[in-house]
Amino acid sequence: MELAFNEETFRDDFTFRNSPHAIRRFPFPFHEDRYMYAVNIEPHVPGPKGSVYEFPIDVDEHYVSEMRDRALVLREDPLRCQALPHMMTAQWDLLELLMTAMARDYPEHFALTRDGDRWHWINRPLGLDQRFVFGDALTLPCEPMEYVTRQSQGDFALLDHRDGNLWMDAGMITTQADWSLDFDIGMNFFEWHGPVPLAHEMGVFERALKYLLELRVGSPVRRLNWTMTVNPRLDTSPERYPSWGPDRLSLTPDNIGRKLHLRVELQSFWRLPRSNAIVFPIRCYLISLEDLVTVPKWGRRLPRVLRSLPQQLVDYKGLTRYRDMALEWLARYDDGAATSPGGAPD
Amino acid sequence: MSIRPRSSPVRVAEIVPVTPFVKRFRLAATDASPLPRYSGGAHIVVEMRDGGVVRRNPYSLTSSPLHDGDYEISVQRAEVSRGGSVFMHDRVRVGDTLAVSAPVNLFMLDWRARKHVLVAGGIGITPFLAQMAQLSAEGRPFELHYCIRSPERGAYREALERCFPGHVRFYCASKGERLDVTQLVASQPLGTHLYVCGPTPLIDATLEAARAAGWPGHNLHAEHFAAPPSGTPFDVYLQRAGLRVYVGEHESLLEAIEAAGVEVPYLCRGGACGQCETAVLGCDGRLQHHDHWLTTADRAAGRKIMPCVSRFDGRELVLDL
Amino acid sequence: MLASGIKSRPVYGRLTSNPQARSNIMVADAEGALAVLDMVADAPDGFWARTHILYVPGGSAAQDHGAKLAALAPFSWHESPTVPAMLPRLRALLGAARMGTQLYLAGTEPLIGEGIRVAGEFGVDHAGVRTEHRGSLARRVQCVHCKGITESVTMSIVPCAHCGRHLFVRDHYSRRIGAFQGVMIDAEKPGDRPPAEELYR
Ligand code: FES
Repeated sequence: MELAFNEETFRDDFTFRNSPHAIRRFPFPFHEDRYMYAVNIEPHVPGPKGSVYEFPIDVDEHYVSEMRDRALVLREDPLRCQALPHMMTAQWDLLELLMTAMARDYPEHFALTRDGDRWHWINRPLGLDQRFVFGDALTLPCEPMEYVTRQSQGDFALLDHRDGNLWMDAGMITTQADWSLDFDIGMNFFEWHGPVPLAHEMGVFERALKYLLELRVGSPVRRLNWTMTVNPRLDTSPERYPSWGPDRLSLTPDNIGRKLHLRVELQSFWRLPRSNAIVFPIRCYLISLEDLVTVPKWGRRLPRVLRSLPQQLVDYKGLTRYRDMALEWLARYDDGAATSPGGAPD
Repeated sequence: MSIRPRSSPVRVAEIVPVTPFVKRFRLAATDASPLPRYSGGAHIVVEMRDGGVVRRNPYSLTSSPLHDGDYEISVQRAEVSRGGSVFMHDRVRVGDTLAVSAPVNLFMLDWRARKHVLVAGGIGITPFLAQMAQLSAEGRPFELHYCIRSPERGAYREALERCFPGHVRFYCASKGERLDVTQLVASQPLGTHLYVCGPTPLIDATLEAARAAGWPGHNLHAEHFAAPPSGTPFDVYLQRAGLRVYVGEHESLLEAIEAAGVEVPYLCRGGACGQCETAVLGCDGRLQHHDHWLTTADRAAGRKIMPCVSRFDGRELVLDL
Repeated sequence: MLASGIKSRPVYGRLTSNPQARSNIMVADAEGALAVLDMVADAPDGFWARTHILYVPGGSAAQDHGAKLAALAPFSWHESPTVPAMLPRLRALLGAARMGTQLYLAGTEPLIGEGIRVAGEFGVDHAGVRTEHRGSLARRVQCVHCKGITESVTMSIVPCAHCGRHLFVRDHYSRRIGAFQGVMIDAEKPGDRPPAEELYR
């Protein structure tokens, strides 16, 4: 499938839209009709052609506009991209991982030529052509993590592996679901997840951590996480909460189908080779309720899942103000028919 | 959810004698796909097919992590052989195919350290070779203290002097030279991390000196390079598999279980990572723990064993496998 | 917003001496001095002679804890008027220190937070620092929006000293910043905020 890039915005006039192709490949996260909290980690192996899993690093029609939105966020708030000094090796590992994957899987858009440590990177959609020395940060316009993640969709957290724990010691975080890199940088796996309700009690993080510590180079894993966002806004950071908080009150039964979006994070975890760190890319996919119900199975399932959500999670995900309105709007798409297992459209 | 190492085939591209007791093997990918990269301190598990027996030994990667390409390991011929190292020395030829696991690092550098102090004893030098390549490329402060028994046993001595001048010191026991660990740990700047790999007495003495000098545990890192000890043969009953397995004198409990077709997860095969921990369901006799994983309380309770290194002496051992 | 089951909140212990340590750096503010004085009974021989003490009297100035600390005859002793004025001295001590130096922090949460942060610059892992909380439970709060720090917060909701937004103080603590996180309480509906309660003293 030819990849054409949308001209769109994720702020102000919100011209973001999904093509019919983007709707069908949307990673719908609910595999059954009720909500279940589970870690659900699986190997990040290639999926069906055209799906978001076809390639390990997915580049889609929103690429150019998402990168533009990231640049806007960073212009206002450079603290969204930070790395503690001991993470430089991991930064280069990340640059290598992303450039190699993008050039291999999207050769019409990206090219990488390596001659020893002299590298030449071409990014056609963003019009970049960069020669640099791998390992020498001064040959890039900025540090390697920032350079490459200004050109890769999704947020990226770099986790240092030491003392039997993972420490979030670097990251590029501009599209986050309500957590602050500037505040959380330097925290370990448990501290960083501090505010997530229920999961600690269930021992979810202990098990997940144990699993992640055993990750091998070349065998990444993934899981889906989700929340909802009013307006197709990527930057729902706590930093900018004063500007997006009022959005929640702007919903009406008439506009909720257009304005309320299911926000799905494709989270993956990769062992990085030379630093032994782990990179945690958090890739965000947005879909409006209106677009979502064009897939009948999803229209039936989403209201059933939302209804079964424990109140603590409704609060944590910030759905308190509008869950009922959303359920009312969705009700007309649930005819009570049975749904097939799994998340994919029928 | 545990991940069992996948192995991939490699071709033996080169064998170089380093000392009368140590050989270096260069292992190359058998197809075009490059071998996965790694960090200094990582090891691979090499799988050898010795007739009907499959042997798996862990070896530190000694090649530089900075460059793509082949893996290098250095194998010391064990004095009391259990087979693996003798097989590597006497039977493996250039062009042979072996299988290796993906690299795992259980002996990581702490990248925050303001200084790295490396202490090696004998063949314990191997993980440091790769670490020093990284440390020196990044210009981080480090020093190596390398204890050897005699001049002919100082593997890589010249290369180390050449590549890292000013960073390495040698202590040759046959010449009466000794590393004074107490003095070594007394004068390091705050924020130093200490790494030690080699024979157990060296590790114990170094860690003990550091602790006695007030070093916090977080700054101390040890890699036990212990091969599974040999011992009196014994029988083990695997409850879930319904199998009785004989463990020979020169084979580990883990190897015997694997040979019987039962899979046990592992990473280090050296009693350090905890991965192979197995529940003991019945024990009429004495568990011989040789691992560095179980706590004193675990050992006293006698309900767990690490089959990669530990053995049994007595009438009946039943495992939850 | 929820505030239960928070795992980033630091856990403080009781100050005990590290008998192995070759030298000690002890930093205390206000009533933290009492935690240091409480160690006298269990301190090994010669302990104070290898100990540096930095003290910030703060709200306890009138009680003259400083004199009692000085009377322990430590290797070095300094009283600073404020925590920021004390930090360069702490940095100098840590910069010259050898492995085997034990750092102790006793007193208010801001002091402990700052001390751990500075120690981190010298490669000292927070887990190896011995801490004891004494005195006010008042918190430092970082405004997540403007990044300004508001000191001595005792209420559940507090106006940011820098940008003026009303902040809800989450039980989410950053060791690196040495502060709790404050998030605007009425962002969704300006002016819609519950009454502030005194939670910490
Ligand atoms: S395999 Fe690591 S302890 Fe047994």
